[in-house]
Amino acid sequence: MQFAHTEEQRLIRESARSFLSARAGAAQLRAALEQPGGYDAQLWREMAGGLGWAGLAIATEYGGAGLGWVELCILEEEQGRRLVASPFFNTVAIAAPIIAALGDAAQRRALLAPLAAGELRIACVLSGSDGCPPYEGVAMELHEAGAARRLRGVGDFVIHGDSADLLLVLARSPGSAGAEGLSVALVAPSAAGVRIAPHVMLDLTRPMSRVELADVAVSGEQILGEPGAARPAVERALNLARIALASEALGGAEQVLEMTTAYVKQRMQFGRPVGSFQAIKHRLADMMVEVEAARSAAWYAACVAEEGSAELAEAAAIAKSYCCDAFFDCAANAIQLHGGIGFTWEHEAHFYFKRARASASLLGTPAWQRERLMRLIASGSAPTPRF
Amino acid sequence: MKLGFTAQEERFRSDAAAWLEAQLSGPFRDLRGVNPSGGALLARRQEWERALGAARWSCIGWPEEYGGRNATLAEQVIFAEEYARAGAPLRLAYMGVELLGPTLLALGTPQQKRRFLLPIARGEEFWCQGYSEPNAGSDLAGVRTRAVLEESAGGRAWIVNGQKIWTSYAQFADWAFVLCRSEEGSQGHRGLSYLLIPMRQAGVTIRPIRQLTGGAEFNETFFVDARTDATNIVGAPGEGWKVAMATLSFERGVSTLAQQMGFRNELQAILAAAEANGQIHDPDIRQRIAQAHIGLKIMRYSALRMLANAESGTLSNEAYTYKIFWGSWRKKLGVLAVDVLGPAGEIASAGPYQWDLLPRLFLGSRADTLYGGTSQIQRNIIAERALGLPREPRG
Repeated sequence: MQFAHTEEQRLIRESARSFLSARAGAAQLRAALEQPGGYDAQLWREMAGGLGWAGLAIATEYGGAGLGWVELCILEEEQGRRLVASPFFNTVAIAAPIIAALGDAAQRRALLAPLAAGELRIACVLSGSDGCPPYEGVAMELHEAGAARRLRGVGDFVIHGDSADLLLVLARSPGSAGAEGLSVALVAPSAAGVRIAPHVMLDLTRPMSRVELADVAVSGEQILGEPGAARPAVERALNLARIALASEALGGAEQVLEMTTAYVKQRMQFGRPVGSFQAIKHRLADMMVEVEAARSAAWYAACVAEEGSAELAEAAAIAKSYCCDAFFDCAANAIQLHGGIGFTWEHEAHFYFKRARASASLLGTPAWQRERLMRLIASGSAPTPRF
Repeated sequence: MKLGFTAQEERFRSDAAAWLEAQLSGPFRDLRGVNPSGGALLARRQEWERALGAARWSCIGWPEEYGGRNATLAEQVIFAEEYARAGAPLRLAYMGVELLGPTLLALGTPQQKRRFLLPIARGEEFWCQGYSEPNAGSDLAGVRTRAVLEESAGGRAWIVNGQKIWTSYAQFADWAFVLCRSEEGSQGHRGLSYLLIPMRQAGVTIRPIRQLTGGAEFNETFFVDARTDATNIVGAPGEGWKVAMATLSFERGVSTLAQQMGFRNELQAILAAAEANGQIHDPDIRQRIAQAHIGLKIMRYSALRMLANAESGTLSNEAYTYKIFWGSWRKKLGVLAVDVLGPAGEIASAGPYQWDLLPRLFLGSRADTLYGGTSQIQRNIIAERALGLPREPRG
């Protein structure tokens, strides 16, 4: 047992950090948000393909590096620090594990190889317009009429849905409920009946779209795994995605703590740095307490994901809820401690604040995670928070 | 990064578990699952410490010559886990095992190690800590207890005069490690010495302090011409501050895992109470229990991080923040406990003013953000040392 990163893992972090500090600073983020799809396509090509990040946790037989979730979460944490807008999360942290778990040999080869090379961006349609997390929120239906299958319904909150090469759709058989009757299908955005409408989102750094599928025909090759039996693979993938998201939130919290610490050291009022006042110090100390606890939670969960332990659901719920709450608190404090400048569009504090809110909502809010956790550790029940 | 244990470590785990099970279902079954406070069950707890010592389970991380097993960090973690799982009692020998022992191993002379470590490991001598004084609380460097080195017919000895406060375990300790001012006229961190003083002598008087819980676990300790041999000093005269800080840093080791076992039991008791009285269906209570569970798990993860970083020699970030995290967590747990109980939690279980586990947690946890450095002092330390913010002007 050694709960610390290895030398190789530390090197992955260092190289990611130095690359992103050169290529993904605050000005570059603003420029990226103006690009089609809301991200810097050149940066994505360099990260995903050039540096091999897309394939980091994909098996070597598909051209990946064959590393695991600990390494992937290091990349998520570093991208979280810079709020990198890119299809990394939806493609690498959500879609790839589902394909690896459910796809047959031909599907894995056809999808994972280009994915690992950074040449395939996959957006995931998981929830409907009410934004409830799976499974309650799955609003897409897979209708079967003889040999013909059709997808029908509205998916929403689809991350980078407007720039994806492929849609991965979580759908249920009509009349099914909860975790039963779930299937995963792949749909080309150009297929007949697909309509993708991007939203203006609170968090500009993670664009989302509404995806309408009007009786879109799907062939057998487009279904991943046994129709109606996607639950175990999806369950695991969602937990992995929550852990990746927690890591990203941790990175954001770290960055706003550092940014704010640097600011209060140089901002002078009353003839002294404002950071010399206890009222300021104590808030920053509280931020650091949360950041360190978040780090413990995210790192531990990444380790659990890697080692395939039975703690996965618990560790994911803990990491997702704690890290997202911590990120939000830290980002809110960052605005307060920057004073008026922190409320401006010009300062980047608001990007973090908005990302923190959006990350908390995604894949189950902290309160939703906590109720889920209660069902693992206690008897009794209460209504699940909807989101 | 790796969470699992090797086959050899798992064998160690089953050895430890088997021994604990045999003891706690046999000769020590009366101590299983109880959380004695103050001097309750004193004789039995001393016997338990001696049993641990005789089987070399008391200080497993120490070298074999001092009664330990040279256990690796992983083995220490395993033992702490099994100790908790078995429902073994809180350690009466805590101060010696977790604080003084490691300090002597790091900074003691060969003679001191030979004299003091084995009796600690065998459960023969118990220790208490003399740091705080009525006027040296958060400002610990304000220590005024005086120590003067004197020549006499009996040899050279330190003569100690002054008052310590909040000395838990003093009433059953044989020895105290005490921070004293040994240089006349010195101020602040300078001129302090770290002395080892026998408690059972005419010059030492102990007076219990009744706390808001109604119990009396802390004491005032008065030294009036108390004596200790000139050799009973750790580090050089005047270097006491450094030694005292080293001692505090050992508090963040494996012992935190043992401390968490008590917390886990408290949370379990809250959960059981909520299931018994139906509060478990209240959405707000459920959220708060989940939050408590999350905090407890995170403490465990952070303790594992601290252990992994323990060899680096510098205090890591998770170690800086650990105290404030658990202190705040447990205070919230105390409020949750009485919220789960409802008004029934406000009726004493027995006179005069005696409380069951959960109301006692509610009351007792108010001290968790006071002792060992208040949360306000912890925040200053984090801000100034870990984040590098400008220091507060100090008089």
